Amino acid sequence: MWTGLVFLAVIIGSIAFHVWTPWWWTDIASNWGAMDDTIILTFWIGGGVFILVCLFMVYCIFKFNYKEGRKVEYKPEDKKLEVRLTWATALGVAALLAPGLLVWNQYIKVPENSIHVEVMAWQWGWKYRLPGEDGVLGTSSNKKINDDNPFGINEDDPNGKDDILIDSEELHIANNRPVKILLRSIDVLHNFYVPQFRAKMDAVPGMITYYWFEPNKIGEYEVLCAEYCGVGHYAMRGLVVVDNQEDYNKWLAKHETFSSFIAKRKKEGLINEKVVKINNILNTKKSIKSEKNVR
Amino acid sequence: MSDDLNIKKTSSIKTKSSSVSGGGTDIDYVRPAELPEQDLYHGHSFITKWIFCQDAKVIGIQYTLTAVFTGVVGLILSWMMRMQLGFPELFPFLTAESYYQMVTMHGMIMVVYLLTALFLGGFGNYLIPLMVGARDMVFPYVNMISFWMFFVAVVVLMASFFVPGGPTGSGWTLYPPQAILEGTPGSGYGILLMLISLSLFVIGFTMGGLNYVITILQARTRGMTLMRMPLTIWGIFTATVLALLAFPALLVSSIMMTLDKVLGTSFFMPTIIKAGEMLSYDGGSPILFQHLFWFFGHPEVYIVALPAFGIVSDLLSVHARKNIFGYRMMVWAIVGIGALSFFVWAHHMYVSGMNPWFGFFFASTTLIIAVPTALKVYNWILTLWRGNIRLTTVMLFCLGFIVTFVNGGITGIFLGNVIVDVPLSDTYFVIAHFHMVMGIAPLMVIFGAIYHWFPLITGRFLDETLGKWHFWVTFLGAYSIYFPMHYLGFIGVPRRYFEMYDSPYMTSAVGMNEFISVAAFIVGAAQFIFFYNLVKSIRLGKPAGKNPWKANSLEWLTPQVPPEHGNWGEKLPVVHRWAYDFNVPGAKKDYITQTTPPSEVIEAEVEKT
Repeated sequence: MWTGLVFLAVIIGSIAFHVWTPWWWTDIASNWGAMDDTIILTFWIGGGVFILVCLFMVYCIFKFNYKEGRKVEYKPEDKKLEVRLTWATALGVAALLAPGLLVWNQYIKVPENSIHVEVMAWQWGWKYRLPGEDGVLGTSSNKKINDDNPFGINEDDPNGKDDILIDSEELHIANNRPVKILLRSIDVLHNFYVPQFRAKMDAVPGMITYYWFEPNKIGEYEVLCAEYCGVGHYAMRGLVVVDNQEDYNKWLAKHETFSSFIAKRKKEGLINEKVVKINNILNTKKSIKSEKNVR
Repeated sequence: MSDDLNIKKTSSIKTKSSSVSGGGTDIDYVRPAELPEQDLYHGHSFITKWIFCQDAKVIGIQYTLTAVFTGVVGLILSWMMRMQLGFPELFPFLTAESYYQMVTMHGMIMVVYLLTALFLGGFGNYLIPLMVGARDMVFPYVNMISFWMFFVAVVVLMASFFVPGGPTGSGWTLYPPQAILEGTPGSGYGILLMLISLSLFVIGFTMGGLNYVITILQARTRGMTLMRMPLTIWGIFTATVLALLAFPALLVSSIMMTLDKVLGTSFFMPTIIKAGEMLSYDGGSPILFQHLFWFFGHPEVYIVALPAFGIVSDLLSVHARKNIFGYRMMVWAIVGIGALSFFVWAHHMYVSGMNPWFGFFFASTTLIIAVPTALKVYNWILTLWRGNIRLTTVMLFCLGFIVTFVNGGITGIFLGNVIVDVPLSDTYFVIAHFHMVMGIAPLMVIFGAIYHWFPLITGRFLDETLGKWHFWVTFLGAYSIYFPMHYLGFIGVPRRYFEMYDSPYMTSAVGMNEFISVAAFIVGAAQFIFFYNLVKSIRLGKPAGKNPWKANSLEWLTPQVPPEHGNWGEKLPVVHRWAYDFNVPGAKKDYITQTTPPSEVIEAEVEKT
């Protein structure tokens, strides 16, 4: 008797938890409300099946508990019932899959007018590159990365000259403008993930991956690395600030282009070896910092 | 369902067939054996009987004990992880390095060295020969080597805890490039030992797996047609075929990664810049590894799940005193799920950067696989319908399995639907999903199976009171660990984070993390009730006698309990029916064993198989 009651309590408890949970997703700040809707739809259909199956089971526990000499049904198969259940399930599955695929189709088709933003991931942090006035990012390669060219931009590509380099963990984007995030990594797998935007994709060394979204709420959002990337993974945070157009332009104007960066380097006359050393020092500092976080 | 004769026409057929074949009780006719019986090597010394033993039953127990040992290690690791996540200030010496090492070892141990080894090596070895009516596996010597390979693989794995740098901390998926680069704990000896251990495991498993498949195909006793085999055997059989096809992908990826690590090849390694220096790797593809890994990794899920499906079907049927509902559909669902499981692997890679068009294909195949899986669930609960349910500990574990499996299966539909996976992948939702569906659910079956077959193995029952405590604490505790955990995933909390308490997402989750940790400690501790029960009952348990659950399948019908080497004494059993003739109308008893000839139960109105 109480066996059935406990199982019943588990089901009711699950529903109650779902209804009154204080743990729910963050307020959405992008165009991907359809993802949330698909999740809600899956909750209705999937949750419904879960409740029905479990309630049926609980009913059986109450109703058919062992009694000596109970008359038990002997019916090895029931073709009709089995066929009906198959079709009902197939229908439910199709109802979940179809809208999901439609939204996925939007997810992989980037709008023409989107601003391209390159996110370059490294162990453990982020750098960004934005196209200059031509609106096109210059081609790049990890092989070309050195101290005079921290992003490995192809010097022969005219599109790259006016690219804006952002050597900081903070990225600004303009509100209500679609953004295409182009992901690069110089070492291992990473993933540029802002929960409020819902979207994510891995950054893979040796290739460029992408996703897009359209921010629709001004504010500051924490970036989390969502693909395990070694011991500093949990500390690999960044910041995305969604600005109105005016603030965005101001922020953009503060950063230098690739050509001005090169010019500055030439003037300073720094030679490579020196900077490698500095870089190494910076890296050790970083790892000391992450070790501190560990303690 | 029984022999191919319709009982209602028994008398007429009896006269007809006896005139044709010339005498005997021909309704009991079973084709004669085509092959002579195999010779068995009987061990005489302690070493040949218990250590380098060729008896599949002993090998099964050796596999089980070794797997359970690794499981206890995995359990302790999970306690330490939960300690860090729930109460970080209590263990200040727990570093990020050691946390990631524990995550990795916990995952690999539980998936491969506990679950796979226990279901196939443990239950497979013990049950296959007994349930199909064979005297032993067809290649007993190879079977013995299979276990010792596994044993060496476990030794190598455990050795990695003691090498400089410690075990690998690359996550159980071992994704390159990080797995073999500095910046990941154990990227030196740790990852090498892991790869070697996995390779040994695959080699050992292949020897065992060939044995299981060939024994089931070739060594079934007279009358044991494929469509009369208990679903346990169907589950183990299909899972073994999957494993034989899937493990080679793991083996080659292990070998290739070892070469990348040791010889500096670039199978999986592109141009990489570390600390401002360019490494010598060039041109490899990290995504290639992911494809290989998941080509193994997804069938692996079903390698664990299918034996569980099979076993739980048998346990439900016996303890509900009713035939399994829709046997043939159950068989085809197992086979169909097995086949489909090779076409869904990239649903683990929706956000990996692979060509996004794959998303359409793999989302569709993944959701299609939900259909046969759902049918199995329907058939389990329809087996309970109008049954006569004994609420034994075994049955409780089966019911616990249904709840956790349906729950985990449905969250699988979330993650399989590519667009829903985008926000949820790499979050705690994923952790909650796979622990529910391939952690807790199969464990429920394993426990149920142990309570069920313990009387066969030892001749004594496990203690029912302790068993029920064990069940309720495990089930309710595990459910309250993983059910709320899904909601951390909705917030967006990423997995594999050593800590994140300064983050706005996590502040609201601190209380839940503490709760989950406490529940994990309790559930872990409850397993020691179970171990105590095992140790106590071997000596002091209630004697079970023969066929204590009144089951139909062959393993309960050996002349000796526990069965001896060679299983069947003088004569092999002859099978006349499937294993599910419970409560047949007209029959005097509520069960008819597989060996009962139709002439002995002439009054029962069985359906033909």
